[in-house]
Formats: sequence, structure tokens, C-alpha cells
Amino acid sequence: MIALLDYGAGNVGSVLKAVQYLGFPSQVVSSPEVLESADKIILPGQGHFGSMLKALEERHLHDVLRSKIAAGTPYLGICLGLQALYEASEEAPGVAGLGLLRGAVTRFRMLPKVPQIGWNQLQIRNGGKGLFKSVADGSFAYYCHSYYGPVVPEAVAVTEYGETYATGIEKENVWAVQFHPEKSGEVGLKVLKNFLEL
Amino acid sequence: MFAKRIIPCLDCKDGRVVKGIQFVNLRDAGDPGELAEAYNREGADELVMLDISASREGRATLMDTVNRVARKLFIPLTVGGGVRALEDARRLLGAGSDKVAINTAAVETPELISELAGRFGSQAVVVAIDARGTGKAKKETGNWKLESASAKFENRGATRDISPVFNFQFPVSESQSEGQTAPRWTVVTYGGTHETGKDAVAWARRVAELGAGEILLTSMDADGTQAGFDCELTATISNAVKIPVIASGGAGGPEHFAEVFLRGAADAALAASIFHFETHTIRSLKDFLRERGVPVRI
Repeated sequence: MIALLDYGAGNVGSVLKAVQYLGFPSQVVSSPEVLESADKIILPGQGHFGSMLKALEERHLHDVLRSKIAAGTPYLGICLGLQALYEASEEAPGVAGLGLLRGAVTRFRMLPKVPQIGWNQLQIRNGGKGLFKSVADGSFAYYCHSYYGPVVPEAVAVTEYGETYATGIEKENVWAVQFHPEKSGEVGLKVLKNFLEL
Repeated sequence: MFAKRIIPCLDCKDGRVVKGIQFVNLRDAGDPGELAEAYNREGADELVMLDISASREGRATLMDTVNRVARKLFIPLTVGGGVRALEDARRLLGAGSDKVAINTAAVETPELISELAGRFGSQAVVVAIDARGTGKAKKETGNWKLESASAKFENRGATRDISPVFNFQFPVSESQSEGQTAPRWTVVTYGGTHETGKDAVAWARRVAELGAGEILLTSMDADGTQAGFDCELTATISNAVKIPVIASGGAGGPEHFAEVFLRGAADAALAASIFHFETHTIRSLKDFLRERGVPVRI
């Protein structure tokens, strides 16, 4: 069962629509018991780093998510779902992330317009396999965020908006993208398909 | 590189796309679902749907239309027209739109902006501002040519060197936005029929403070003329806020889009009739822009 993790911030609908369009059965999950039985997990993160991690904690989803990831369940984080993988975020001092990636998420400082809202290019570093199989280097994807994760060894793609940041992560069973694949046209659908077909 | 966005706008009435000059002489321009699909294929970066029905039957049809359009659309969709309360927004977002646009309701109840941003996130809230020139304040003089190396402006005795890279820096005097001198542009509501007297620049700053994610700025002077966007208005507003500004009103040809990005500091540009009646395609527009050095998503 492919679980779309719903922690109450309401972006699950668009991702669900995309997954359905691609022909994969999935379920919107908000209870820890059901999450326990997931074969794959997608976390469409939106809103505030602190609020999201707190909501996951309050709904007892945080621990289940951690253990499922540790057990090797394929995970795809979207937007905040990528940022949550780091240790911390400037957006929420004192709130711990999942700590699977080294470093802290910080706010865009270089360009005058924040958040970054719109299409930007993927600089794909791992030769178009995994997340970006069949996706051309330089393809555009849709972004909507004020914070970004630093480039780490697990970053298979980066993007530049003043600062250069991690736009695609692959760490064993943990994948993540900073852009919204459900809003990035054909490119986004390909990325989603690559995860769903694992 | 980060791209400027091209956004076709579908004005919908009772489930059909229409386009009129100031809402009279409405011509039927097609089925929203078909048009949306066509624009998506052509390379539209986002879609905006504005409902001009202003009736209860019209609103119900709109939900159906949004649902139909959103089902096969995987680029951002913004829906507006008559959104007055949280419940309207909730229904539109539930029907499949990613963002809602509010205009008159925001002017009359500014708290609605914060309410929507708080509940759905700023990224889901687009505040539409319709602005009209007062013709009152003194017009700045300057050299507007795209090719010119610099232009000088006088602002209370000081001169400023402006280089026209991607943004023109317009001097926005503080007293102007505080209302001590007559504003250059004021906000109009109810589709342009009601003059509020509010300073458009000050209002833009305020909506950004209240939590708007983006501003959809329509020049009521340029709208329908097909003689070009209002680049002065757009640049003034865009340089006054940190959130993206979508330019609207006046597009007649590809050179107008180039102007509003290169001189008007617009982050995105919206147009309706020139795309609906296939006067110009999005693809050829983007090729034109790329040649002029405007970053676009091809």
C-alpha cells in the first residue's frame, strides 16, 4: 500500500490526484496504525517546519515514520518533506528534524523576492537514474519555498536561486525533492513515476 | 536559472470561457477544459481562472469547471472571482485549485488575507489589485529605451543612476505612500466600477504584510487596449514588495511581454484574449522572449 501521509496541512489532494493519474492505487493515511502497514510512504510537506514536525509528533506519526524508514521502507519527501530530513531549520529554532542529512535548513537571502515561486532548473548530478531517470539535465520544475536544504553528498540534483541548494536527495530508501512534482508538468510526473515504480 | 512565468487567464461565465472588453461585448472563447489542456501543451507555466458569473448558479458551475480542469492539469491553477470568505476558498481549493485570488473582498476586509494565509498558507493566497492612474502626481522623466545604458531621475533634489538590467528602480517617495501627496495610482474595486481612493503602492505593501503570497496587478488603464502593459505601475509595485508580482492588462504582442519583464520588473505576466483567439501562441512568445534574454521555461 502506498501511503500519502496527511499530517493536517492539506496538500495531499494534489499529490493523490497525480498518483491516481499515473495509475497507482494509494491511500491518504493519518493514523499510525495504518502507516505501519505501508509499503511506500510519500510525505507532501507544506507550511512551517516546526508545525509539521509538531503535528507528526502529536499524531504519533513521527516514531512510526522513523522506524519505517529505518526498516527500509521507500520514502519520498516533497518540499518540507525534504527539509524535514535535515537536523534542524532556521524556520523553527529548537525543533529537531529527522536528522538523516547533515546540517540545517536556512532561508534564502540573496535575491530580492522570497519565497521562490515559479519554475527553476534541475542540475542533475547522478546521470539520470533513480529519481531523475528519463529526466533531462536542465529540466524545469515548480518551486514554492522560502527555505532550502544545503548541498550534501546525498544531493543528486541542485538548483540555484541566489544560493545553490539541494533539489533532489537519494539516500538508500530515502528520496526527496524540494520542488512540487504534482505541479511540475511532465517532468514532475516522471519523477513521481520513478518513485512509484520502485 | 529561474524563469519568468507566462500565465493564460480564462474568464469564465456559466462554464464557458469568454473574453470581453471591460465585460461587455462578451464573445464565447471556448470550453475551459479544452483550453486548459491546449495551454498546458503549449507551455503555459500556470493557469488562472476568473469567474465573472457573480450569481449562485454561476458559482456552482464554477466548482464543476475547476474539478474538470484540475483533474488532468499538473501545473498550478489559481481560481478567483467573487471569493468573499474562508468557505469560498476552502471549496475552490477542495475542487482542485492550488491558489485562490481575492480582490474586492480583500480591500473591504483586509483581515481576510491573514485569515486565508493562516488557514491555507500564503502560497495559496493571491491578492488581485486593480489599479488606475490618477494623472495627478508629477510624472518622472527618464530615458525609457531598452538599449540605453542609464537613466537619471530626480527625487527631491537627489539624482540616481539607474541601469536597466532586469529591474528599473523607481523612486517611491515615502510621503506619496503615506498619502501626503496625491498617489499616482489608486485601487479600484467591483471590476473597476468603484474608486476607493486608496494608494495602490501602499495597498500592495499592506497586502504583503498581511500574508499574501503573490500580487496579481491589473492596470485598468491598459486593460483591453492591447497597447502594452503598464510598466511604470508594475515596476513601482514590484520593487515595493518582496513577493512576486504578476503583471496583467494591455498585452497585445510579444514585445509587450519583453518590456514588462525587462522594464516592468514583473515576475510573471498574465494575458487572456491574445491567447484565446490564437493571435499569438505561448510557444512562439517564449521563443521571442528567450531571444531577448528573458529567462523562460522551454
